[in-house]
Amino acid sequence: MMEVVLTVTAVILSLAAAGAIVRIAIGPSLLDRVLASDVLLAIIGATLCIDMAVNRHLNNLMLLVALSIIGFIGSVTVARFVADRREHPNES
Amino acid sequence: MNRRRISIRQELPLLVWLVFVWGALWQDFSAGNLLFGALIAVVVARLFYLPPVELGGRFSIVRAVPFAIVFLGKVVAASFQVLYLAVARGPKVTNAVVAVQLRSHSDLMVTATGHVISLIPGSLVVEVDRSTSTLYIHGLNVRSGEDIVNLRKEVRDAEAALIRIMGTREELAALKQEVGA
Amino acid sequence: MNPEPSAVDTVIDAVSAVFMVVGAVMSLGAAIGLLRFPDLMSRMHAATKPQVLGLFLLLASVGLQLRTWWVWPALFVAWIFQVLTVPVSAHMVGRAGYRTKHLHRELLTTDELEAVVQKAADKKTADGRAAGGQEPDERAAHDGPADDGASA
Repeated sequence: MMEVVLTVTAVILSLAAAGAIVRIAIGPSLLDRVLASDVLLAIIGATLCIDMAVNRHLNNLMLLVALSIIGFIGSVTVARFVADRREHPNES
Repeated sequence: MNRRRISIRQELPLLVWLVFVWGALWQDFSAGNLLFGALIAVVVARLFYLPPVELGGRFSIVRAVPFAIVFLGKVVAASFQVLYLAVARGPKVTNAVVAVQLRSHSDLMVTATGHVISLIPGSLVVEVDRSTSTLYIHGLNVRSGEDIVNLRKEVRDAEAALIRIMGTREELAALKQEVGA
Repeated sequence: MNPEPSAVDTVIDAVSAVFMVVGAVMSLGAAIGLLRFPDLMSRMHAATKPQVLGLFLLLASVGLQLRTWWVWPALFVAWIFQVLTVPVSAHMVGRAGYRTKHLHRELLTTDELEAVVQKAADKKTADGRAAGGQEPDERAAHDGPADDGASA
């Protein structure tokens, strides 16, 4: 049964990752791209989880904890930077 | 920075949390490991000084457990709502930015309310005005004035629940008066 | 690890299998939302909410599959940190998005923030002229509260 689950989730997560990558590629603004890369990070976290659950090991657990603690810093930094940059009215 | 001493009682929730994280990361809850973790927690809390979070001084576990269950249910509902809207309505979805005035002025309450309503269906905090403790909420799929009223009520209900769990006594009294009136 | 599969094992396996598939579907839902919603703000809803439930379900399935009690605290810590940090990043991105006008105004039924921002901007230009072009520090007035609470 686990093989079936692994295949199904692999297909679903591949589609999800493809969607996020498409949004990174076409996203009209920088913030859209940041948001999409955040989602991509979450999808990678999901694959780590599924790997642990299917193969019954805990090698990725610390990686996952670290991911959920510091994963948000990137988007916060970019959001701050964008806000600061656009303060100057000359830069459209 | 004003480095006034904070009492160990005020720091206790933080220390307990740090010890818990230590034990969880080692995956070892034996007494020796927890003791060592407690030592490190005290050293860390003294060395890396942060402005203390001003707690209300009370915490009602009786209220917290049902709230946590309802919260989890709302997270599930939110996820499926977003899924449904993304598939069914997609580009045609309409939104609104709504100002909601909160009762409490403590940073902890405003932060907790903001976190909770960011995770329940259809709302997200866009901007915060600390001086008047007003949250500006971005609501997904808000189509009419009725939806706005519902959104505002939901936010204020979330805050009321949080006040019942860990608000100060003054806030609780004010809330009781408001409900009674 | 499990020499003889019992009925309980089958049930636990089935539950965790369902959790895994639904958790993966949540990621897919986030991606569909990213692609289909019209503006940054609605995409933000899609990016934040399904993530939290998806990670919860997947962590639960890890815990169910390993069948040891001491994994649960670590999984709990991972989820709590996720719950604490996701609204922070969503708020910061949304705030920046609103200020840089990344939203379609025709899709909003009401906007009660616009007047406030307009007033602040007017005041700021007036102040800036008075202070000889120096930018006043508006961060003090509008600092996100999420920065303070989540780290403590």
